Amino acid sequence: MPLSILIILPLLTAIALLLCNGLKPVRLVALSGSVIQLIVAAGVLFAYWQQRAAGNTAAMLLEEDHVWFTPLNIHYHIGVDGISIAMILLTAFVTVAGILVSWSMEKLNKEFFFLLVLLSLGAYGFFISLDLFTLFFFLEVAVIPKFLLIGIWGSGRKEYSAMKLALMLMGGSALVFVGLAGIYFNTQTAGGTHTFDLLQIAQLPIPGEVQKIFFPFAFIGFGIFTALFPFHTWVPDGHSSAPTAASMFLAGISMKLGGYGCLRIALLMPDAAQYYSWIIILLATIAIIYGAFATMMQTDLKYINAYSSVSHCGFVLLGIGMFTKTAIMGAVMQMVSHGLMTALFFAAIGMLYNRTHTRQVAQLGGLLKVMPFIATVFVIAGLCSLGLPGLSGFAAEVTVFMGAWEKADTLYRVATILACVSIVVTAVYILRAMGKVIMGPLQVEGGTAIALTDAGWNEKVAAGLLIIGIVAIGMAPFWLTALINQ
Amino acid sequence: MSTDFFILMKQELIITVIIFILLLLKIGTDLSNETFMNLTNGLLLLNLVAGFVGNRSGMLFDDMFFTNPLIVLEKNILSLGTLIVSLQSADWLKKHEHVPEFYVLLLCTLLGMFFMISAGNLLLFYVGLELSGIPVAALANFDLAKKKSSEAAMKFIISSAFASGLLLFGISLVYGATGTLTFSELATHINAAPLLIFAFVLLLAGFGFKISVVPFHLWTADVYEGAPVAVTSWLSVISKGSVLFVFVSVLYTVFKPLASTWYNMLFVLSVLTILTGNLFAMRQNNLKRFLAFSSIAQIGFILVGITGSSQLASASVVYFVLVYVFSNLAAFGVVALVSAVTGREQVSDYKGFYKTNPVLSWVLTIALFSLAGVPPTAGFFGKFFLLLSGAEKGNYLLITIAALNMILSFYYYLRIVKAIFMDTNEQPIERLHIPVYPRLAMIICVTGIIVTGLAGYVYDYIHSLSIGL
Repeated sequence: MPLSILIILPLLTAIALLLCNGLKPVRLVALSGSVIQLIVAAGVLFAYWQQRAAGNTAAMLLEEDHVWFTPLNIHYHIGVDGISIAMILLTAFVTVAGILVSWSMEKLNKEFFFLLVLLSLGAYGFFISLDLFTLFFFLEVAVIPKFLLIGIWGSGRKEYSAMKLALMLMGGSALVFVGLAGIYFNTQTAGGTHTFDLLQIAQLPIPGEVQKIFFPFAFIGFGIFTALFPFHTWVPDGHSSAPTAASMFLAGISMKLGGYGCLRIALLMPDAAQYYSWIIILLATIAIIYGAFATMMQTDLKYINAYSSVSHCGFVLLGIGMFTKTAIMGAVMQMVSHGLMTALFFAAIGMLYNRTHTRQVAQLGGLLKVMPFIATVFVIAGLCSLGLPGLSGFAAEVTVFMGAWEKADTLYRVATILACVSIVVTAVYILRAMGKVIMGPLQVEGGTAIALTDAGWNEKVAAGLLIIGIVAIGMAPFWLTALINQ
Repeated sequence: MSTDFFILMKQELIITVIIFILLLLKIGTDLSNETFMNLTNGLLLLNLVAGFVGNRSGMLFDDMFFTNPLIVLEKNILSLGTLIVSLQSADWLKKHEHVPEFYVLLLCTLLGMFFMISAGNLLLFYVGLELSGIPVAALANFDLAKKKSSEAAMKFIISSAFASGLLLFGISLVYGATGTLTFSELATHINAAPLLIFAFVLLLAGFGFKISVVPFHLWTADVYEGAPVAVTSWLSVISKGSVLFVFVSVLYTVFKPLASTWYNMLFVLSVLTILTGNLFAMRQNNLKRFLAFSSIAQIGFILVGITGSSQLASASVVYFVLVYVFSNLAAFGVVALVSAVTGREQVSDYKGFYKTNPVLSWVLTIALFSLAGVPPTAGFFGKFFLLLSGAEKGNYLLITIAALNMILSFYYYLRIVKAIFMDTNEQPIERLHIPVYPRLAMIICVTGIIVTGLAGYVYDYIHSLSIGL
């Protein structure tokens, strides 16, 4: 099965969406497109396993390579390893769930689903790219849909948030560009040409000095996408202004683009990654601690999840900064786990908000009594967030800590301990918010509202999908670690 | 010899013939505007098609005039742009009383550009440049009833004359120092003598005026605002594009010995141009002024590309101009239509535009994204290649500045997108009917924006024709 299907399918879905009119056909097309995509993603996973089982030990499998711009030696080169497959599966799950929770989108529904599909197209393309140019191309493809999704369908200060997000991410891409140009002109293949090809560059020794100059550009650039402190400020505003599905995409997929990019860059320039690791770790630890404490002060459910995302993505960067095999595996697991968990969290918040029209913790209470399903989803997401064993958050974070502990340096140890401590803070804000919203006397802004309905079928399926993912990783992390390890 | 003349000068001759046909029709018949425009558009299409067949490289008149595949391609790009501009202005022209004159003047400038691009001698270059400049002043005045239009024409002719003066002074100094004006001979005579550097600076200033490089950009915004939209789009795309083509080839061939000198000059000028264009574009409320400043910023990015001085660089510039023709003309097409029907040109007028005109909104949005350099539009590839060639010489400071400036430009393009999609308006622009010709122009532009980028062979082809330093 050619890997390009992962890109062609969303493209076809998007084109089909343009031809549809009315909510019913539009959402049907979007859903069927994304479900087929999920099946294809699973197919890719099995094809990958099969080839590995057959003893194929190449770094990347299912490769496709076409020349795109001959003079510059730019290729459309795609392929997957375990890490990208994990990210593809994550994207597929979140996309289906995101489309399901927007089932009754009234306003400009055609455009809404079109942009969602476009965003997922960017993510798929990004995760399978093996050419830095293609990678960069897809990275930017995913920026504009975010801007429009937040600005048109968002709530609160949506224009401001949309603009802030778009500009900061654009800044990230600008830095990435400088990094890529530096890598391009400072490496030469045996034939004397420059190349953007990840695999070829990985074979070449990039001079240490070059690495030291261009690693920060690329790493900070990608870091902005994954809320690297102090460039995390777009996250809270962007996430909380976005409509539910866009929040899920943003936190679940989009922030992972950055993490994945950082990881690839670090693997490409290992010397520089080691050299700068103390800075990365410092910033990651600050993000973890600061994010956790900032979350404690939030009163809006979406802001709570957004700030906690800053904290959780800090673990990804911490894992990459530690740069041991286990830590990197932990970072990838954390990306997948956080993607699923935060998408679930935002989905639950969206369901609550649709019914109660408030996201203020102080104005909600006792919702378990009227909406048992949504409340339970909310609890599961929360418990995963605080790292309850048996759910994915625990498996991922423990792996990061184990990997981090392998570094026997004082700074690294202190950072690890501090990061561990932050989990306690996480527990405080999650449990506090959950206790208030779910337990206690039933309360919705302006009195009690018994007429609130529980989740519909679409919401149940969406939440169910994500929960399956979370539990599958939490209960049996070995399949994911095996996948990444290969 | 005689067949050489007809083949090598084919494109110039066709344009000349078209000009004469139009003149004779104007004098001898009494055609309606409608018929006249149909006829002209047909002729322009023929001209474009004819540009692609039966081309050859060669020299004429003692190296005065030369042509090669790259030059033919550049002329075709300009012909294509002319056709699009002509299609777009249909709505505005149909009520105008001087349609034939408009086309005759427009084609005269195009002819001038053709001669300028093909020039192998500074004299022919100068003649071509003037021929491409003076009729534009008359065109800028074509909204006959509007005061601003004649003001724009006045400003243009004065600043243009000043720039020509500088150029002429530079050319005379070059002649004084070397005793020749032929490009092929000049290349061997030019050296870093102070007189020649001074002459070069004068020439650079002259070029700078024409393509509105900061600090020679001051005429741009006023002229763009006052002139009719069709003329503004002509000025910003075709006019600048043609001068850019010559600029690159003159820098890379004639002034090759001064490469290290002009490299530093372009470095400073490009940073200044990008920054000024960006900062001013942010504050503009008139869409035409906005596009004027954004085009200044684009020129800055092109200068960054030119500093690369390689085959990659010159290919990227030509490629970017092609992309720019599509993107900017798509944007101007929408603005022209809206302006022709409603007379509204402010950014605030476009609030809530999507509710009433979804198709036009998407066209404008795609055009703006292409100008901003967002994939999958061609603008992304154009900018990427320009900046990449800027990085070729290892000047990472320059491309870091340029790349960070992309954020600023992103902001103001998104401001328009925000107005279109997100803002609400008490009196939005009413639902507009898109006539056939503008519709055709938009289809060409949008197709161009999408295909030129994604189809790699367009760039490959341009690259195969280009030469480096």
